[in-house]
Amino acid sequence: MKYLKILISLALTIGIFYALNTKFGSIPPIGKFLNPYSGVWQNETDESLSGEVLIKGLKDEVTVHYDKQIIPHAFAQNEEDLYLTQGYLTAKHRLWQMDFQTYAAAGRLSEILGEKALNYDRQERRRGMGYGADQAVKVMKENPETFKLVQAYANGVNAYIDQLTPESYPVEYKLLDYKPEPWSVDKTALLLMYMTKMLAGADSDMQYTNALRLFGKERFDMLFPDFFDITDPVIPKETDWSFIDVPQTPFPANQQIALDTIREVIDQPNPDNGSNNWAISKEKSATGNTILANDPHLGLNLPSIWFVMQLSTPNHKAFGATIPGALGIISGFNEHIAWGETNATRDVIDWYKIEFNEDRSKYKFDGEWKDVRIRVEHIKIKGKESYKDTVLYTHHGPVVYYKNFKSDMELAGYAMKWVGHMGGNNQRTFIDLNKAKNYDQYTEALQYWNAPAQNFVFASVEGDIALWIQGKLPNKWEGQGKFVMDGSVSENDWQGFIPQKYNAHSKNPERGFVSSANQHPVDENYPYFVFNDRYETYRNRVINNYFNSKEKISVEDFKALHNNNYNLKAAELMPHMLDNLDTSKLNEAEKEVYNQAKSWQFNNDINEVGPSIWREWWKAVYNLTWDEFDMEDSVMKSPFAYQTIHMLKNNGDNEFMDIVDTPEKETSKDLFQLSFSEAVTSLNNWKNENGDYNWYNYKATYAGHLLQALPAFSVFDIPIGGDRNIVNATSENHGPSWRMIVEMTSPPTALGIYPGGQSGNPGSKYYDNFIDEWAEGSYHELNFLQSNKATDKIIGSQILKPISNE
Amino acid sequence: MNKNILNFIATIIIAYILSLFMDWYSVMVASILTALLIPLKRVAVFFVPFLAIFVFWVIYSFILGSNNDFILGKRIAELLDLQGNIYLLLTITGLVGGIASGIAAIFGKQLSTLNKKT
Repeated sequence: MKYLKILISLALTIGIFYALNTKFGSIPPIGKFLNPYSGVWQNETDESLSGEVLIKGLKDEVTVHYDKQIIPHAFAQNEEDLYLTQGYLTAKHRLWQMDFQTYAAAGRLSEILGEKALNYDRQERRRGMGYGADQAVKVMKENPETFKLVQAYANGVNAYIDQLTPESYPVEYKLLDYKPEPWSVDKTALLLMYMTKMLAGADSDMQYTNALRLFGKERFDMLFPDFFDITDPVIPKETDWSFIDVPQTPFPANQQIALDTIREVIDQPNPDNGSNNWAISKEKSATGNTILANDPHLGLNLPSIWFVMQLSTPNHKAFGATIPGALGIISGFNEHIAWGETNATRDVIDWYKIEFNEDRSKYKFDGEWKDVRIRVEHIKIKGKESYKDTVLYTHHGPVVYYKNFKSDMELAGYAMKWVGHMGGNNQRTFIDLNKAKNYDQYTEALQYWNAPAQNFVFASVEGDIALWIQGKLPNKWEGQGKFVMDGSVSENDWQGFIPQKYNAHSKNPERGFVSSANQHPVDENYPYFVFNDRYETYRNRVINNYFNSKEKISVEDFKALHNNNYNLKAAELMPHMLDNLDTSKLNEAEKEVYNQAKSWQFNNDINEVGPSIWREWWKAVYNLTWDEFDMEDSVMKSPFAYQTIHMLKNNGDNEFMDIVDTPEKETSKDLFQLSFSEAVTSLNNWKNENGDYNWYNYKATYAGHLLQALPAFSVFDIPIGGDRNIVNATSENHGPSWRMIVEMTSPPTALGIYPGGQSGNPGSKYYDNFIDEWAEGSYHELNFLQSNKATDKIIGSQILKPISNE
Repeated sequence: MNKNILNFIATIIIAYILSLFMDWYSVMVASILTALLIPLKRVAVFFVPFLAIFVFWVIYSFILGSNNDFILGKRIAELLDLQGNIYLLLTITGLVGGIASGIAAIFGKQLSTLNKKT
């Protein structure tokens, strides 16, 4: 009896220990998680902004001044110390985020989240994310100067990780029950791959292949023209291209397209990823100084994708937005120049159909059999055995699709050719740009940049403005890579790259400004083949019209333009649709919405109802127009907004206007009427459930925590207008993730803000403290410190000291 | 001194000392130890260490949280479906520690019977 009691109570004790120490589904191990010594209560901490810290690997003392936004201003004696400090400080404020993003990049989420992430992980590995990072590390190793600094950054991150104890791990580690792993050069390479995927990881080759097969070439070309009837390209139309006097890649004798039926494709990055940037000349500037602005449009996440810092050595001082995990200032300025980026989409992914031999050890190429290379991916899964995925590689790249992944082809597959797999010394560009003093040094820094191709805007105190479209861009024959190509013919391979000096650029153009907003890089006159790679067609025109319409431009005008809510897309279609409605057929509810729509001036301000009506109406009319694209066995991409609107207005009786499922033959006028009724119904349904459909309520912008917008760590209902295709590109969970304006006084004076906060700790008051000001269109003055001395803007200073060698 | 009070105080002190080099389950070890050293009777076996750790954890957590205006506590209370109520979160924190200690103390009490002749 006695022993039984002991056994029972022992079992109970072990049981309660197990229950409180184990993660069940999404519920954290509750004893570990809630206890006051090592659980989340320990994360209820303020930032430590003063005192001295000993850091292994530093050569000299580094001073870090924090201003009231807790932007660190680091003053190091040499570059190695500077990047070690950047690594240390970034980890101090954003460790979990930077670590987690590299897991996501590498396809390692199953290690943290368990089996539910396995499909994602397999996809990322088959996309060649790890392979691409390996290639980048190889190139970095060939460049010891870069490698040394990237290694110093890793040492800095690890110096911080070494200071941590389980109680001081960021809260997300406790929630998911794992611990930080050491940083490395490979992790920086993975982070850069993550950005490359985000910005140059999309393509529509398979969708286009399906469309070509279903509709034929003539109709395909009408739906997806290489250039629209209007283009206002990044590099102005009047640019003289006569300096490009080399022959173009010849058109192949027998190019063959694989006209397959393709059912599904791997995940694509958010199509809204894009940005605005611009700079105005001294002549156009109200103050006589050049002025530059940048606002990258990315997912609105917490912790924010950006971390703002000043990085200084005795030889340079750079200030601006960094990306946790990467070295240097990415969008910012130094004493002499300012720079910023927008995405220069270009078709840098092509797909090749591969024909295997009977055991898939070889593939056909130019009439011979070439060896397949194998890369085995070991995917660790939390609480389970590892999963082994064998990925076959050809000289094109990884065979992403064949019978064991998103395809049922036994002896064939699709191989991916991607500039992201080619490695590169991309990090060098930012290290050099941070120190560059003039236009020439800016262009020298750019030559190392391979991917993702960017529109690098530039302005200098000297008075130059410029914009280079920089990336490693395949020199394609006319039409190459729009569709899945036959991978067994060498003529279909990329024949080379556009020489860097022939990348499109513009310096001090006559019009007095440079700008880019993800539109067409060039017009038809550029000698190299460029086709419509999802180019934006609205923001660029609003921006360029704004500059063209004003003689002189000031910083205030820049702010106004960042926050400009004019919906050009709606303005180009909605009046036409309203004029073509037969109002006698409208019911009471429809009449009310009709009158609301009529009075809208096309500004997507938060108190307007017009934007909500437009959103529903556009969605309905777009879907009705392209019902032909709704296929079960083929993955499809319906045409772009610009071409859709063009056809609705000018080609209203085109066969595509017909709704396939009805016996009648519809025209665009019928679609307007039908879609309006649909839109009114869904708006009123929405209203019944959620209340007034003004744009603020209806759009409900939010900044979501990186763990699938975990509500407790996210911010909802942010009062900001705008939308996609608007200069203020804020949609539900996407938009201007960093807004910067730099006037090139000497030293430069700058404004900046982003929707987040400097701290990555959800328990910090600095976690989301910028969001309200960002939403109302305000900026922070960026305190560009000219010396190591603290000014009255500084609220705390910390000294990082080397650990002396005994 | 009343054994109950003695056990109560000893549990907190031992739990505190053990927490310096052990994770959260140190409270379980502490109550096993006090159950052996200062044996109690009937319901007190469970409730005295339960209350001791409940009070200890709630007060400790409250101090940590109040130094930071419970910014994180409110978020965690939302995460755990407690409508952002930090008092509920504190109560649950106390219950978690308390129940673990109480159960461990029952085991300690049973162990202590091994020494006695029956």
